[in-house]
Amino acid sequence: MAETVIDIQALTKSYNGVKAVDQLSLQIKRGEIFGLLGPNGAGKSTTILMLLGLSEPDEGSINVLGLDPTREPIPVKRKVGYLPDDVGFYEDRTGLENLVLTARLNQVPEAEAKERAYQLLESVGLQHAAHKKTGAYSRGMRQRLGLADVLIKAPEIIILDEPTLGIDPKGMDELLALIRSLSEEQGLTVLLSSHQLHQVQQICDRVGLFVRGRLLAEGDIASLSRSLFADDPLQITVESGPLNNGLLERIRAIPGVRHAEPADRDGTDLAAASAGAESAGRSRMIVGSDTDCSDAIARMIIEDGVALFGLQRKEYGLDEIYHRYFEGGEQHEQGSSRPETQQA
Amino acid sequence: MNKEAADLKHSRPDLKGSLRRLANTVREGLRRQPLFRRSEGRGSVSERSQEAGSWRTSPFGVLVRKEISDHIRSWRFMLLLGIILLTCIASLYTAMNSIQEAIQSDSSANEFVILKLFTLSDGTLPSFISFIGFLGPLLGIGLGFDAVNSERNKGTLSRIMAQPLHRDALLNAKFVASLSVISMMFLMLGFLIMALGTIILGIPPTLEEFLRMISFIFIIIFYIGFWLNLSILFSVRFRQPATSALSGISVWLFFSFFYDMILNIVSKGIAPNAGTATVEDIVGFQNQMLWLSRISPYTLFNEATTTLLMPSVRNLGPLTTEQVYGAIASPLPFGQSLLLVWPQVTGLIALTLICFALSYVLFLRQEIRGRS
Repeated sequence: MAETVIDIQALTKSYNGVKAVDQLSLQIKRGEIFGLLGPNGAGKSTTILMLLGLSEPDEGSINVLGLDPTREPIPVKRKVGYLPDDVGFYEDRTGLENLVLTARLNQVPEAEAKERAYQLLESVGLQHAAHKKTGAYSRGMRQRLGLADVLIKAPEIIILDEPTLGIDPKGMDELLALIRSLSEEQGLTVLLSSHQLHQVQQICDRVGLFVRGRLLAEGDIASLSRSLFADDPLQITVESGPLNNGLLERIRAIPGVRHAEPADRDGTDLAAASAGAESAGRSRMIVGSDTDCSDAIARMIIEDGVALFGLQRKEYGLDEIYHRYFEGGEQHEQGSSRPETQQA
Repeated sequence: MNKEAADLKHSRPDLKGSLRRLANTVREGLRRQPLFRRSEGRGSVSERSQEAGSWRTSPFGVLVRKEISDHIRSWRFMLLLGIILLTCIASLYTAMNSIQEAIQSDSSANEFVILKLFTLSDGTLPSFISFIGFLGPLLGIGLGFDAVNSERNKGTLSRIMAQPLHRDALLNAKFVASLSVISMMFLMLGFLIMALGTIILGIPPTLEEFLRMISFIFIIIFYIGFWLNLSILFSVRFRQPATSALSGISVWLFFSFFYDMILNIVSKGIAPNAGTATVEDIVGFQNQMLWLSRISPYTLFNEATTTLLMPSVRNLGPLTTEQVYGAIASPLPFGQSLLLVWPQVTGLIALTLICFALSYVLFLRQEIRGRS
């Protein structure tokens, strides 16, 4: 396993008696993309500020690349690039000048700074706007310039705070693809915070769910949903010709299947029911099972001579996780969150 | 004739070419100098850490350079410079007008003619020192009022703070850059006036006059430095540039106009009864009022500059007839004048430092966040 580059132990920080970060423990390995997910005000930005030594923790310890950012912020900031949320640039300077300034602040010599700035502008696709004042940049261009700005110091870790905020979906996808490819190219460790799940799901190796200053769960998406939805059955939607009761019984008899209900009779799935009513001769069935038995179901239906139109296995993605934790968070907080967030 | 003209025409491009060649060789020569070789591209990490010691490449130096170029490019600075230049020319003009009368009427004042350029006025327009006393604060406030909060509002503060530099480097750089812009501007103005005066009057300045003028300019710089720091303090404290500008301007107006009025009211209240008061009472009262008025940086500046520019000023407090008795009405030497205003100068520097320390402490304790 790769070495741990960010190690947070029992970190606590409170503002005016309110705990913004509460007993946070988190390890990030070299080269991975870690997504810090949480609703607004969950303490993501506060954690990031403490990682950079811009804010002091009340309790707990932080170790970034073997350094304590509270004690030695300068060497940490030399190796860690940080893109603040809603990043701003000197608007009466060009994009190139802004980048060169950052490079010069990192003690890169002038000529090299310019060279690097041109390269980075090209890799983030802003070469045409290098000599344009940043005041005239669009939101998406600003974020891409921000990415170049973070990378110009040749960091080992980059921390991006809400990098996709306020960008249109296409720009967002491009930016995330850019982050992914840049991190792969340069072997960067990326920590990004967001409250937008889908994008993060696309590029993150691991995510951490962060609610009210606590880390509820961490892991890759599959293991996260496995651990969080272990008790819940796998949900398979079957779209087929009219089903008879015998077939239904046989499907229910497949090992692992807990229940199989025609959707239109159930009444819970209204959209599916109306869709079923529209096309005559089709019906929907929801199957809940412990294991993936879609193969067996399909075979059974076809062997029975019933037309099979579609078979869809529902994956528990971040959305389900998100809704479950951010909306009805309280009751799950004790039950499912990882033990180490509870201890100490 | 024709041939000469042709020669001239022929020689001109040559001249240009040779100038260009000369410039190139100078540039080449400079590049070979060790000082300039630093900026050439050879930045491995180990060498970069060696370079860290040099002022030019340190983050602080980079920030100072950036701030200075920001100031010089900005419209705001141009406007302030324009105002100061205009008043400077106007006061110089009135001083020129009245200086001839002054020289003719008063033979004892023939010394220190150049210094009179800064203090004389024919009554239509204020003199140079009163202009500076009044407009200098505006310059200081104008250069400092949005130093920190505009960075915060533009979202650049957190970006700069994420670079490897100490938090105070930004504040120090802002202060040093603004102060050096102000210093350059006033040194230039002072020398310009002196040069113009020398050309027009035909009297070269003596060493003493020169020293007095230089120290006068330094007092102007300290004075404006105080206002600059005050406005930087407000810019750290208030999130909106408009609020900090207004607070700076209100302090300025308070000390320029209202403070004297308030002092008048106070003096009426605490004045000793004219019938029964002893000499000690009156002297004590006068001194008290003087100390009260010296709270104002405006008074400090006025006392310091008039003493330096008018060598005949011997004392800044009340003098009894006994004390003056036997004194020879001659100008003070430079050293003595400087000694006389030393408390004022120290006071100005102390005020500046207090403001700076306050903004320093405030800034170091503030949260660095996004645009909130």
